[in-house]
Amino acid sequence: MDEIQQAFVVEGRELLQMMEDNLLQMEGSGSDSETINAIFRAAHTIKGGAGVIECNFIVEFTHVLENVLDEMRAGVIVADRELIEVLLNSADQLGALLTCVENNSEPGDDVNLTSAALREKLQHYLGKPAAGHDVVLTEASVQASGGGEMETDNWHISLRFGPDVLRKGMDPASFLRYLMELGQIVNMTTLPDAMPDADEMDAESCYLGFEISYQSEADKAKIEGVFDFVSDDCVVHIWPPHSKLADFISSIETLPEDTMRLGEILILCGALTQHELDFALSAQADRVDDLSAQPKIGDLLVNQGVVTAEVVEAAAVKQGRVADKKSIESQLIRVQASKLDQLIDLVGEMVIASAGANMQARKSGETALVESTSVISMLVEQIRDSALQLRMVQIGETFTRFQRVVRDTSRELGKDIELLISGSEAELDKSVVEKLGDPLMHLVRNALDHGIESPEVRTANGKPARGTLRLNAYHESGGIAIEIIDDGAGMNREKILNKARERELISPNQVLTDSEIFGLIFEPGFSTADKITNISGRGVGLDVVKRNIAALRGSIEVESREGQGSTFRIRLPLTLAIIDGFLVGVGRASYVIPLGTVVECIELSEQDRADTLNRQYINLRGEVLPFVRLREQFAISESGGRRENIVVVQYAGQKIGLVVDELMGEFQTVIKPLGTIFKHIKGIGGSTILGSGEVALILDVQSLVALTTAQQNRM
Amino acid sequence: MSTNLPVIAQATSDDHQYLTFLLNGEMFAIAILNIKEIIEYGSLTEVPMMPGFIRGVINLRGSVVPVVDLSARFGRGKTEVSRRTCIVIIEVRGEDDAKQDIGVMVDSVSEVLEIPKSEIEPPPAFGARIRVDFIGGMGKVAGKFVIILNADKVLSVDELSMLGQAALPTAQAELAA
Repeated sequence: MDEIQQAFVVEGRELLQMMEDNLLQMEGSGSDSETINAIFRAAHTIKGGAGVIECNFIVEFTHVLENVLDEMRAGVIVADRELIEVLLNSADQLGALLTCVENNSEPGDDVNLTSAALREKLQHYLGKPAAGHDVVLTEASVQASGGGEMETDNWHISLRFGPDVLRKGMDPASFLRYLMELGQIVNMTTLPDAMPDADEMDAESCYLGFEISYQSEADKAKIEGVFDFVSDDCVVHIWPPHSKLADFISSIETLPEDTMRLGEILILCGALTQHELDFALSAQADRVDDLSAQPKIGDLLVNQGVVTAEVVEAAAVKQGRVADKKSIESQLIRVQASKLDQLIDLVGEMVIASAGANMQARKSGETALVESTSVISMLVEQIRDSALQLRMVQIGETFTRFQRVVRDTSRELGKDIELLISGSEAELDKSVVEKLGDPLMHLVRNALDHGIESPEVRTANGKPARGTLRLNAYHESGGIAIEIIDDGAGMNREKILNKARERELISPNQVLTDSEIFGLIFEPGFSTADKITNISGRGVGLDVVKRNIAALRGSIEVESREGQGSTFRIRLPLTLAIIDGFLVGVGRASYVIPLGTVVECIELSEQDRADTLNRQYINLRGEVLPFVRLREQFAISESGGRRENIVVVQYAGQKIGLVVDELMGEFQTVIKPLGTIFKHIKGIGGSTILGSGEVALILDVQSLVALTTAQQNRM
Repeated sequence: MSTNLPVIAQATSDDHQYLTFLLNGEMFAIAILNIKEIIEYGSLTEVPMMPGFIRGVINLRGSVVPVVDLSARFGRGKTEVSRRTCIVIIEVRGEDDAKQDIGVMVDSVSEVLEIPKSEIEPPPAFGARIRVDFIGGMGKVAGKFVIILNADKVLSVDELSMLGQAALPTAQAELAA
């Protein structure tokens, strides 16, 4: 797949997403012209792009789709549920076709069949005009409101083509020709002002702009439609006939030219004619002998009553502002994820290298050197933070994907469910977002299927028939929390308890807190659903969700009130690349314990050391604290120092101690994966490089505990 | 710190060039195409609960690279670290063709030799005291045999990781002893 195709696929997917969002919005809150236009533009751009890469199967399919959308825009076809369904399916089909482009293959028979079926359905709409022909002509002429109306019954169009128009295979002239088909161009001024000097000019770039007086019976949307194909690349302003002064002022303000003379601007936007300007200019020239007293041309024009002071002022402001206009154009840059990863890797190296340099400097004892290296390491850390920021994406996109899931699933289940999204601007690392999709999908489907009741049951229970599912995200103490909240039936405490007893997950007399009971649903094979549907309830599930979340170094908990609904709350670190660690030493080796799990550190007293030769627990303020001696667990042969410390870590509500020799303090570190050779290793989650250049291993508290528990039970 | 031999520059031409090195006094060879660099042995971090032939990991300019003790891999006991001990960094292909660097610990590296195909004998069925599939061939150099290793087999990522998994109970047994 070459670059153009790739760009097309990426852009196409974005457009499809936009199309889908808009379609769902249309379904939810009825159609307005803006939404329909957005959908049309998306389809149109895809078609254009497909034309460029000569992908006929997409062009053909989109053509029909576009026709239907066009009719919708014109109000001939009215969108109903059925049509939206067809359109949604068409969007899916386009996605499938894009996949074909991605794989560089022709679509298979089944894909073609679906295409044909959808096209037929779409055609069906084209043949059938809407029953009530209630098109409202929106663009009636603007009413004159006290003075200020300009003496022109022509449309006015300001048109600026972007520099890339020609490169994308569009010809500006063809748009003008098309414009002439809809009406008559009364007057057209070509603006070559953006044209650079001959040696700087790129023959493939377009520098032209046009100011057009236009006579036409068409409405504004139709005129706008002419430029749809280039709407991304060009700036079009259209003013209806008899526009008010204010519109012309805004016209002046939006003109992109750099070096326009005031008079020309006014002529071009139709505020005055060439004749009027000539007259004013000659008046100016008459007083040329008295240079200092030469009146400004704007003043002259106002004095002569040709234009009003307001219009001149706006033009003058524009003249002054032209210079800094360019800097405002802030844009997004698309960067390949792998390049970003490389950058972050390098920055990680820099952090380590600068820590090394810092240490050497301190050893040398030269104050000036120490100072300059510490400035460098501070800067490097800032660079690292902003580099990591680059990877951050908003969670909103992930959330909106569920609109469709909720719609389709609830329909399949015969339920009426609304999805509310909040906190979509919360940011987290791209790699986390990618891995979050599956667990979230699972929880959402779960809530739809088991959580929210059918409308009949809801009404019977005095709830609104329409169920609500909420996705919410917020930042919380250096991490992010994501909530999946439903207002459904909630979970039955007793039912879970009974099930757990039945499966012997707990002993019959065990007393559990609510959160412990609800925590049981994350046990493997645990399902309280009475009936199995094809959406969920097969018992493969929440344990997998929990495992996936744990793999992201996150946690999940659930709150529930019977009859009122459940809340699943996922807590995740913002990034997987960096960990706040606590460095400990055992023998000569250093280990990093994730700081989030550390509760406290205490020294193991002589008494305790003597006591614990044959047992592995201590008395921590009246609590039994089991511990693991890392020296023994990791079979480290060197004899230890005379002192030992115990780091108390908490995992899944359980406290355990890790006995180490030395405590070396907190530090933030870049995680390095250990590679496939170590993929089966238990108790170690990764590695990091210390300032000295040595590798330190990061402990995986969860699996370490599981490992020791298993070992002790085997003895 | 790293003693880069000029092997890399020549590595492009053909497969007949081999790096020879000593292991317990015996000479072995590895095709140089897979060799990325040779560094001095130093600052190795042991990874607990792994079989003895995985000595640990090193920091190779920011990436963490596992180091395999070849002598232990052949079941001949751990390599003692001496002044001439080196780590040869070799690129191998693992699952899904992903490239991975693995360090190999050897007693000392000797030289880069050209061994023409005609001078390479098939491996004997037994007698070399290492697994036959580890041997790519027996090269004749100055009237002596050199065991040419099949790096992909000796350093098979899948096998190493499986052995690592198998080693977990062993570590436990050592602990109990």
